[in-house]
Amino acid sequence: MKYGDITATLQASNPDQVPVSLSNLTTNDWIAGLAGGALIGVAAVLLLWSIGRIAGISGIASGALEGARGDRAWRIAFLAGMMLTGALVLQFMPAPPRAQTGTTPLLLAAGFLVGFGTRLGNGCTSGHGVCGLGRLSVRSLAAVAVFMACAMATTFVARHVIGAAP
Amino acid sequence: MSRAVVAAAASGALFGAGLAVSSMTDRSVVLGFLDVFGRWNPTLAFVMGGAVAVTAVLFRFVLKRAAPALGGEFRLPQRDDVDVRLLVGAAIFGIGWGLAGFCPGPSLVGVAAGVTDAWIFLPAMVAGSWIAGRVGAR
Repeated sequence: MKYGDITATLQASNPDQVPVSLSNLTTNDWIAGLAGGALIGVAAVLLLWSIGRIAGISGIASGALEGARGDRAWRIAFLAGMMLTGALVLQFMPAPPRAQTGTTPLLLAAGFLVGFGTRLGNGCTSGHGVCGLGRLSVRSLAAVAVFMACAMATTFVARHVIGAAP
Repeated sequence: MSRAVVAAAASGALFGAGLAVSSMTDRSVVLGFLDVFGRWNPTLAFVMGGAVAVTAVLFRFVLKRAAPALGGEFRLPQRDDVDVRLLVGAAIFGIGWGLAGFCPGPSLVGVAAGVTDAWIFLPAMVAGSWIAGRVGAR
């Protein structure tokens, strides 16, 4: 059996054990990733330049629902622009499935933890990640390290120890 | 509509387009990144890298201004100490993110795009945030 046959057999029999590799990514994927990331970065720069605000979605959203009344219009405008444009672009992209793919208890638990944790930790992937790292904030660097590590550990346990999550 | 509101809508539009173009609205792609011991999908690293490359360079120039272009003042986080609440919050967020592959932005776009998973996730996220606000978080 040639080496290629052996790896093909291994991959077929145990798809979870494919070695970490960039080869899982097509050229289109990483170009789309970089381009989308750059758009997100430009969005954050535009918001800071124009009105002096950090483009952190969890903070913008909680402020839109519970913040001071005079400080809500820009938040609602940002979220509406993001949701409508995002949904529009997905009409021309390989979009995520509309039909439910995760179990309801898992999605509810995950939603609760994300809402609770981002409020307690003052930020999410955008506020601490995109903006905080861009500002070289020590707090954001610590937050990103912790949420990345916890997310990877959780996915590992869910997929490879329990074998339950999607 | 004030110019500030238009600017915020434009920023949000770019942000949402970026999430959609980079497939960050697809939680299976995000989980593929978080699953470093499985069939790893590094797309998210390119997205975060692309975004931070832009903010790290351009924030410097923006913050040299005395004030934002449309008036008011820069509203930046003032703290620089790493406290327990920050780390516990980040850990709880990470666990939720690792369970479903949704963070706040993509879940909101998912709701607008009619993704059922996002419709289930979002109310729980709002409830979690509201309760964290009641127990002392800002």
